[in-house]
Amino acid sequence: MSLLELRKLNKHFGGLHVTNSVDLTLRAGEIHCLIGPNGAGKSTLFRLILGEHHPGSGDILFAGENITALKSFARIHRGLSVKFQVPGVFKGLSVRQNLEIALQSRHRGRELEAEIGRLLAFLGLESEQAQIAGNLSHGQKQWLEIGMAVSLKPRLLLLDEPTAGMSPEETHMTGEMVQRLNADGMTVLAIEHDMAFVRQVAHRVTVLHLGQVFAQGSIDEIVADERVAAIYLGQAHA
Amino acid sequence: MTGLLAMFRRLEGPQTAGRGPAFWGLFALVLAVALAYPLFSDGYTVGNTVYFFVWVFIALSLCLIWGYGGSLSFGQTAFFGIAGYGYGILTINFGSAYGFTLVALVAAVAIAALFAVLLGYFMFFGRIAGVFLGIVTLAVTLMLERFMAQTAGPEWHIGTARLNGFNGMSAMPPLTIPWPGEPIVLFADVGLYYLVLGLLVFVYLALRILMNSSFGNVIVAIRENPERAEMLGYDIRKYQLITFVIGAALAGLSGVLYTVWGQYITPSSMGMTAAALPLIWVAVGGRSDLTSTVIGTLVVLAAFQALTIYGSQYALVFMGVLLVLTVLIAPNGLVLGVMNWLGRIATRLTQRAG
Ligand SMILES: Nc1ncnc2c1ncn2[C@@H]1O[C@H](COP(=O)(O)OP(=O)(O)OP(=O)(O)O)[C@@H](O)[C@H]1O
Ligand SMILES: [Mg+2]
Repeated sequence: MSLLELRKLNKHFGGLHVTNSVDLTLRAGEIHCLIGPNGAGKSTLFRLILGEHHPGSGDILFAGENITALKSFARIHRGLSVKFQVPGVFKGLSVRQNLEIALQSRHRGRELEAEIGRLLAFLGLESEQAQIAGNLSHGQKQWLEIGMAVSLKPRLLLLDEPTAGMSPEETHMTGEMVQRLNADGMTVLAIEHDMAFVRQVAHRVTVLHLGQVFAQGSIDEIVADERVAAIYLGQAHA
Repeated sequence: MTGLLAMFRRLEGPQTAGRGPAFWGLFALVLAVALAYPLFSDGYTVGNTVYFFVWVFIALSLCLIWGYGGSLSFGQTAFFGIAGYGYGILTINFGSAYGFTLVALVAAVAIAALFAVLLGYFMFFGRIAGVFLGIVTLAVTLMLERFMAQTAGPEWHIGTARLNGFNGMSAMPPLTIPWPGEPIVLFADVGLYYLVLGLLVFVYLALRILMNSSFGNVIVAIRENPERAEMLGYDIRKYQLITFVIGAALAGLSGVLYTVWGQYITPSSMGMTAAALPLIWVAVGGRSDLTSTVIGTLVVLAAFQALTIYGSQYALVFMGVLLVLTVLIAPNGLVLGVMNWLGRIATRLTQRAG
């Protein structure tokens, strides 16, 4: 069964064709990685899915419903959630407050406290809970934002470069975190440059290049694809 | 019962400075002094204190919209003026019998709030933010001032109330509470003092509760990162609009009380200077904290008045210097800086004692 379906999605920024007739189908329950060179249009595709940008043409279907015209917050209510490329935590507020803001619309009172505690433990940020989020390390900010995104219990979690700025160990931990979420039934679409992470988690991989779906398959198929290697070396004529 | 308890617990929280027995003890002490003060003072001084208190509401409105919500509005004086004129027009037409002045107070504040609903809807649902929000609100304020200033002719009247152009409206009845026998007229001294003090304490505490509630959480989240707030599922436009309307009502309350206090209102109360001053009080005090805003506003107003004796131009220059100093030394506000410093000392002392 497909959870997300992009149909002939197009987006222009002036003369720049950032998203060029993209077709993409996510299966419910999979971890899908989206890779591609800088400027390929990956983050833009996320913004289209989230309703921050609106496509010039094409449709976005989520769980069978056409959400192309929905406002962002309404898409979140349908079961989408995101961690942005640049960590979007509430910098001036404490770690605890960041999580409270994410959790408060579904939990109240003592239950809310318990949920915050559970999430802090999941993220390994218990000792940082009183810390101002802006003072966290880059990796910790990434985790905090992942935590906020996850706290909505989304059906589809969008992660834009979740391991940027992390050490190999931290990257591996993040991978395990994603796998645990997936085991609980969360579908994941992750943009990632780190191939070790992709190899660790991805069930399927899609390569985006110049706004187009360039290749799709398992990580082994993608790595073996010479055309993909070529675009990463900057020699492609897509 | 538990709901009430939960509400009172929100008097303290991460969004408001000041907590614990030390803070509330001090609060009670200040309140007691404020309550006893008219007994030891003359009518003029008490009336002058009311004048200071009146401005705190507009300062709090700016604290809410700008300090907590992150939207710099120059429009607070517009709501101030609308409500002030509204009160004048209503009471000059319908008089003060049967407690009508109190109805007019509420109605004038409601008119300002209604105006904010329209303006706010256009701005927030049109996704106007940042500098543009400042420009739009300032333009509205100055347009209102210009408009009211040219209403000198006799053709400009609403009912029996002449708008009177640049000279403004005057001689509207003061607040009058119906009372068996003799109605109580709240002139600008002790009577009005207790009413305004009561309103001030109520608004201050209510805003503390509001800002430490889940609503307040969303408001500061929008200030910190509107995109992230929306991507947590919040329709941020609604939250911004509600905050804007509450702020407008508070600014309107300021306007009505000002009109009641001096029994006049002029277009210059919506002018450039009038729009800039609350910004300075709030910035100097500490825009992101209610207590700092109240203290800062009262201190700066008192200093301003003391300096006006030497000429109002000096006082205005002083305001400018104060603002620059604040931005350089304590960008989050001088009073807030001092309060945080005291808070740190208190924590250290209790740690040493414990
Ligand atoms: N709001 C915008 N206005 C104009 N151009 C934009 C905008 N956002 C992105 N672009 C352009 O669209 C192209 C794709 O950007 P996008 O951020 O989607 O790339 P990306 O694949 O996420 O790259 P990276 O790996 O560097 O994050 C880039 O050329 C970028 O400059
Ligand atoms: Mg990107």
